[in-house]
Amino acid sequence: MKDQLPAIQIDDLTVAYDYKPVLWDIDLVVPEGVLMAIVGPNGAGKSTLIKSILGIIKPIAGSVKVFGKPYKKQVDKVAYVPQKGSVDWDFPTVALDVVMMGTYGSLGWIKRPGQKEKKASLEALEKVGMLEFKDRQISQLSGGQQQRIFLARALVQNASIYLMDEPFQGVDATTEKAIINILKELRKAGKTLIVVHHDLQTVPEYFDWVTFLNVKGIASGKVKDIFNDDNLTKTYGINYKVAVTQ
Amino acid sequence: MELSDFFTNYTLRTITLGTTVLGAICGMLGSFAVLRKQSLLGDAISHASLPGIALAFILTGVKDANLILIGALISGLIGTFWIKGIVRRTRLKSDTALGLILSLFFGFGMLLLTFIQKMPNANQAGLDKYLFGQAATLVEQDVWVMATVTGVSLIVLLLFWKELKLLLFDADYTKTLGFNTKFLDILITSFIVLAIVMGLQTVGVVLMSAMLLAPAAAARQWTNSLGTMIILASIFGAFSGVFGTAISASQDNLSTGPVIVLVAAGFVLISFVFSPSRGILFRELRFRQNRKELHLKKTLTFMYRIVKNHDDITHPHAIRILNNFQGFTKKTLTKLEEQELIKIAGNEWSMTHKGYDQASTMYNELGKSHD
Amino acid sequence: MTSIQVEIQLIAALVAMACAIPGTFLVLRKMAMISDAISHSILPGIVLGFFITQDLNSPLLILLAALTGVITVVMVEFIQKTGLVKADTAIGLVFPALFSIGVILIAKNANDVHLDIDAVLLGELAFAPFDRLEVGGTDIGPKSLWVIGTILLISISLLILFFKELKLSTFDKGLAATLGFSPMILHYGLMTVSSVTIVGAFDAVGAVLVVALVIAPAATAYLLTNDLKKMLVLACLFGVFSAIAGYWMANLLDASIAGSMTTVLGILFFLVYLFAPQQGVFSVYFRERQQRKEVSLLVFLLHLQNHSDSKERHVNHLQDHINWQKVQARTVLDLAKRNNLIQISNQIASLTPKGEEFTQEALRYITTNKETAIEELKTKFFLFRG
Repeated sequence: MKDQLPAIQIDDLTVAYDYKPVLWDIDLVVPEGVLMAIVGPNGAGKSTLIKSILGIIKPIAGSVKVFGKPYKKQVDKVAYVPQKGSVDWDFPTVALDVVMMGTYGSLGWIKRPGQKEKKASLEALEKVGMLEFKDRQISQLSGGQQQRIFLARALVQNASIYLMDEPFQGVDATTEKAIINILKELRKAGKTLIVVHHDLQTVPEYFDWVTFLNVKGIASGKVKDIFNDDNLTKTYGINYKVAVTQ
Repeated sequence: MELSDFFTNYTLRTITLGTTVLGAICGMLGSFAVLRKQSLLGDAISHASLPGIALAFILTGVKDANLILIGALISGLIGTFWIKGIVRRTRLKSDTALGLILSLFFGFGMLLLTFIQKMPNANQAGLDKYLFGQAATLVEQDVWVMATVTGVSLIVLLLFWKELKLLLFDADYTKTLGFNTKFLDILITSFIVLAIVMGLQTVGVVLMSAMLLAPAAAARQWTNSLGTMIILASIFGAFSGVFGTAISASQDNLSTGPVIVLVAAGFVLISFVFSPSRGILFRELRFRQNRKELHLKKTLTFMYRIVKNHDDITHPHAIRILNNFQGFTKKTLTKLEEQELIKIAGNEWSMTHKGYDQASTMYNELGKSHD
Repeated sequence: MTSIQVEIQLIAALVAMACAIPGTFLVLRKMAMISDAISHSILPGIVLGFFITQDLNSPLLILLAALTGVITVVMVEFIQKTGLVKADTAIGLVFPALFSIGVILIAKNANDVHLDIDAVLLGELAFAPFDRLEVGGTDIGPKSLWVIGTILLISISLLILFFKELKLSTFDKGLAATLGFSPMILHYGLMTVSSVTIVGAFDAVGAVLVVALVIAPAATAYLLTNDLKKMLVLACLFGVFSAIAGYWMANLLDASIAGSMTTVLGILFFLVYLFAPQQGVFSVYFRERQQRKEVSLLVFLLHLQNHSDSKERHVNHLQDHINWQKVQARTVLDLAKRNNLIQISNQIASLTPKGEEFTQEALRYITTNKETAIEELKTKFFLFRG
């Protein structure tokens, strides 16, 4: 049964900040096992969409279902990689500690992480190529390294769905390659990945599924079917070519 | 008064114990306030508690420390909620809301205090001590209250350590993991308010916020671990309490609040300057060291470019051709000679083989990183 | 009214006006807490100045204390720049330390200095008229009246001279810099004026309550107007009102004048906070309710436009699919019908031509991110009148 349920199903979702609408009547179905990019201009509501799926933002209308149930009931199935800039990197903690935070959800209240959680975290660090930095204070990591730490934290969650908010923002080319390889590996393992993405050029290379968003949902589907001039124009207006050839 | 009194005198022991416990809990909970960027909220809460102190006295007519604490707690909480209301509902920003509540509540409190002073009830004196704190008025019961609150907050902190740490670092993420962030938020805020209210008798309304911030700000400089930071902050806080009380008790006419705050400020100053990893002093030294090394490297590569076109690399050159090169000084030359990278004879220099090797590796690396 | 009473009220009114002017800019620049820091940290400057001059109204003392205020600002900014602690912690660390030094200096020299802790916290407005200024043997009024009058005059002249620059740098720092107004000079100019004013007012109302006089009138005015000039005038009016009403209240209760002034300001702010026509709690509440309705209506119309199959357009769908409460769904439906935006047949809703046009237009406005979009639309389609 589970296989027939979409990973994420969004119906008539509308979100407004101070009653200024940011997302309008979004209908979106994300099938299980895709590596999907959400693209759209600045202020299109891409981050907001991710945050509404996660229940961080309350919508004024509509509903979100994760494998057919509300998010609250599926917390353990979803991992989140927030924007790098959303936290204070001067916080007194080290890389390994941040990655361990990914295990807190499955531990639940009060219970502390033990050897098992530590081992999983170290493995995740290794996967993102950051094992040697495990005891490094997080403020002393480069932007790309910080992003890898966030990715490792999500990996530890061992979820079925990964939601990532601009994971390629301000990272070096090596990190970008490393991250995309991990994402592709995860997809191969049957995970669903939803990534807010800025660089239109790399969409066909990185992703197999794409959603165009500009306050309204424009289109969603396989990259090879719908990643075309028509949808780009609808999303970005007539200047989309500038964005692509940049 | 002699120092030995401290260990024999029962009252003094009580007072010292009280200020130590208070300093420790302030350091502990202050760490949370500082990391949550709520440093000035403490200032607003402590000032906002003054009308509660005065009203508790006016309404009950007795000067019972616990009743007064409850009054302070209620009015501090009203102030906190009003600040949140102002920020959420109006266009006023949080700094204005804090300043407003702080000064308006305090002003109203002062109005009530001056009103009480004119009341026929002779019992009124002594409320003044809540302005700047008077540790000498602490009695055993107060210390018990403080110790209990400290114990409870320590247990809560240990129980919810993982969740609180997560909340401090990344609140949104905490929510996505299924934790109730509102509950955690209320939990930590109430303990901060409780610590503030408890400190009023010792440190006073006006300076209480510093007692919360200073130990935490000092501790942050010495460690990169949250746990260590909280322990250090408690220690700094406890020492500020002890030293502050000792100094103010040995003098006449000196409220404890200002003295404790100054001791804590001393900890902050020392930490800001002398912390090995973050302190201003070592940072400046490291910066200079780097700049010097950069100068040496630059000079050496400049020389290398001159030398490498010659068949004999140790062929001498005039020093004055270096004058065109920015960042070159006499000092750099002597430094380079000390490291046996070059030789100086009269007003000419020549490169050694060791210098040539080092320079060529450097030069090649530089070239690579520019690709 | 005796002449002493008149003089006290006059001094209080001038102090309140002098505070309200820099206060307006501090509130608008989100720097209100700086006034708290300055008012506390000038204390050691005042005490030291008092040792030297033995006169609280001496210009030298005022300059010395004001200098401490500016130094505080510089210190806070220095600590902020080191990045060792967060910006607000820097403020919270500096002023209690300096204030403590001041309090200890007073306590240690209690016998020599005629300054006591009460005066530090509350000022001595009631005694201000007794310290007279004499020129050539003739009494020309209380000294503090002249002091605060001079400060007020200076800050009004500076305000008139640099109004344009101040306004620009407050609302658009970047633009001000590109037009050649140095934000640094204006910033430190404002800090200096604030420090001098706070020192001048300190004598009358004390360290903490001067913060109320700086922030409260400006904050209250800001809830009532968007216009900088009107805000300045209103802030001054509130200040003066609190001075006079506060004086009489103190008289009645036989309590501190400064405390009463602050209390009056508190009551004023509370009333405006609740009842201000645009920004007040009540009007915000009703407006938000109205906006919620409007946004819901737009969501509904857009939904109709988006979906052609009848299942999505069934009246009951509103409740279960869009996830709305029954009441909300009913209100939205009614509103749409009343404005002729939809027609319903067989429980299936569809857009009328007017509704079609309205939705198109709304969408265009929203995707171009125009703030006032909805308001324009409402007038264009004569909406929400029914």
